[in-house]
Amino acid sequence: MENKAPIVEVRHVSKCYHRGSQIIPVLQDITFDIGDGEFLALMGPSGSGKSTLLNLIAGIDKVDAGTITVGGIDITTLSEMDLARWRSVNVGFIFQFYNLIPVLTAFENVELPLLLTSLSKAERRAHVEMALRVVNLLDRMDHYPKQLSGGQQQRVAIARAIVTDPTILVADEPTGDLDRVSTGEIMELMDTLNTESGKTIIMVTHDPRAARKAHHIRNLDKGVLDSDAHP
Amino acid sequence: MHILKILFKNAFRHKLRTALTILSITIAILAFSLLRTVISAWYAGVDASSASRLVTRNAVSLIFTLPLSYEEKIRQTEGVRIVSYGNWFGGIYIDEKNFFANFAVDPKTYLDLYPEFMLTGEEKNAFLRDRKSFVAGRKLAEKYGWKIGDIITLRGTIYPGNWEFVMRGIYRGRDETTDESQFFFHWDYLNETLKKTAPERADQIGWYMIGVTNPDLATEVAERIDRTFKNSIAETLTETEKAFQLGFVSMSNAIITAIRLVSLVVIVIILAVVANTMVMTSRERIGEYAIFKTLGFGGWRIAGLIVGESLVITMTGCAIGVALTFPTAKLFGHTMGTYFPVFNVGNDTIGYAIVSSVLVGILAAIIPTYRAIKIPIAEGLRSIG
Ligand SMILES: Nc1ncnc2c1ncn2[C@@H]1O[C@H](COP(=O)(O)OP(=O)(O)OP(=O)(O)O)[C@@H](O)[C@H]1O
Ligand SMILES: [Mg+2]
Repeated sequence: MENKAPIVEVRHVSKCYHRGSQIIPVLQDITFDIGDGEFLALMGPSGSGKSTLLNLIAGIDKVDAGTITVGGIDITTLSEMDLARWRSVNVGFIFQFYNLIPVLTAFENVELPLLLTSLSKAERRAHVEMALRVVNLLDRMDHYPKQLSGGQQQRVAIARAIVTDPTILVADEPTGDLDRVSTGEIMELMDTLNTESGKTIIMVTHDPRAARKAHHIRNLDKGVLDSDAHP
Repeated sequence: MHILKILFKNAFRHKLRTALTILSITIAILAFSLLRTVISAWYAGVDASSASRLVTRNAVSLIFTLPLSYEEKIRQTEGVRIVSYGNWFGGIYIDEKNFFANFAVDPKTYLDLYPEFMLTGEEKNAFLRDRKSFVAGRKLAEKYGWKIGDIITLRGTIYPGNWEFVMRGIYRGRDETTDESQFFFHWDYLNETLKKTAPERADQIGWYMIGVTNPDLATEVAERIDRTFKNSIAETLTETEKAFQLGFVSMSNAIITAIRLVSLVVIVIILAVVANTMVMTSRERIGEYAIFKTLGFGGWRIAGLIVGESLVITMTGCAIGVALTFPTAKLFGHTMGTYFPVFNVGNDTIGYAIVSSVLVGILAAIIPTYRAIKIPIAEGLRSIG
């Protein structure tokens, strides 16, 4: 597994935020690789910059310095518009609070990313149903988010993340809002996606049990990444 | 799933807020359309006027009369086809509230000159035969329930006394712009009576109405007539019927301008109302827009979501407002029929209402759209949870 070519290359990335005249350094000179098909867990204390790093890799935030290459494309040079298009094709997102659109059914939420493609209605339906079958929620596709449990909502979110068959999956505390049983289900699902579908997963988590499914765990502390550790 | 479905679902997420916003737009569009209809009703007489008709009146003012003897001279003027004449009677029917236009005319020439007032042959003959008879427009007759043969009494104001008339005909308008609320009777009846009661006022004409042989020569004919009476006891002012009507209308120019202004203000108010709703809504949705952006929806699509939602709200209000305009205008026209003989909602009014609503929908979404697009995704996402 260690020998796989990196799909993500992070080079000398720095990032700081401005709060008024105050400058808050969040990430300092981060360099590391993520191999194709890897399952990486990012851990670390609150405020250490995990979400920030994940957002940079996923192309929803901008670096101050350094480069990030994903699948051979240096995303730090892309324009806002190109970056949006790149995300829609290459990144699947899973968030702590599921981030489903409340007025849309499970089916419609999963279909959302496909609206940006040239797929026909029938093709979209086929893709959505396949994704919902993977997360085992086909019978709930007409339910609205508030009619689903937290674990079910997160599975819908996972279906939405995989429906476009992206290059990488990024997950920011995907089990942070779930109980033990649901956490187990979600981690099982992530593991399946990684081992059976070969998806590269980058997951931020506080939960050591969740991290156990990952191949690698990296710790971020005060903006600095420690050396590789295995679970 | 259609984007349109998202727009509708978003628009009606806060049912009460959206309902109230739509109600405001509905009322505003209704007010806007009615105000504009009032203005066009005001000008309806002008629109209905014919280019081939001239009006000759005393050059000093409309309240001064002209001698009856002018009729013959006008008729002999080159380019004149037919001459009729009339006097404003200004009679009151039972109560002053019951206002309608009533005047004495030379019946035969008047009906010839105004073919838009349509009578059956039978009615026309009966009217021409009976010197004490009158003809009323359909709307007027309907309003007071007059039937053929009824005797109607008008109380004179300019010409004192109680005047009795027999209804001999109800005219219909040739088209929608024709005033169907006039009351006219035999000028001879008025004049014969005046000869007995106030001889100094007899044989006086309020205005002459002239049909020309060729509308293109109307101005030349008008000049010719006025030249004829230059330096006589009563000099004349001859103008096209249109100009004559406009003279009436422009007296109230200030009022018209005020109404126009109010109708504009109404639009500005709904802009403020819708903008306020959209600002509130989009502030609550900042997280959701961030999700859309995360999934790869670009600036234009986000703008489409917000502008679309704004348009769904404004156009719903506009549609209800326009739908309500017709029955309301009908009701309004019914009660105000004699002040505004022609009170029809014009296509241009509906057009303006729709265009204004579209503009309001778009303008109201500008600030929320700008904000939603500008905010960094990471920041928008942080607002969730
Ligand atoms: N938009 C922002 N503006 C200002 N400061 C920010 C912004 N986003 C993040 N920060 C700061 O950057 C630091 C890192 O934030 P980040 O969300 O990456 O931490 P984290 O490791 O994900 O924490 P947690 O485990 O609590 O989610 C924090 O101190 C945070 O306050
Ligand atoms: Mg975080």
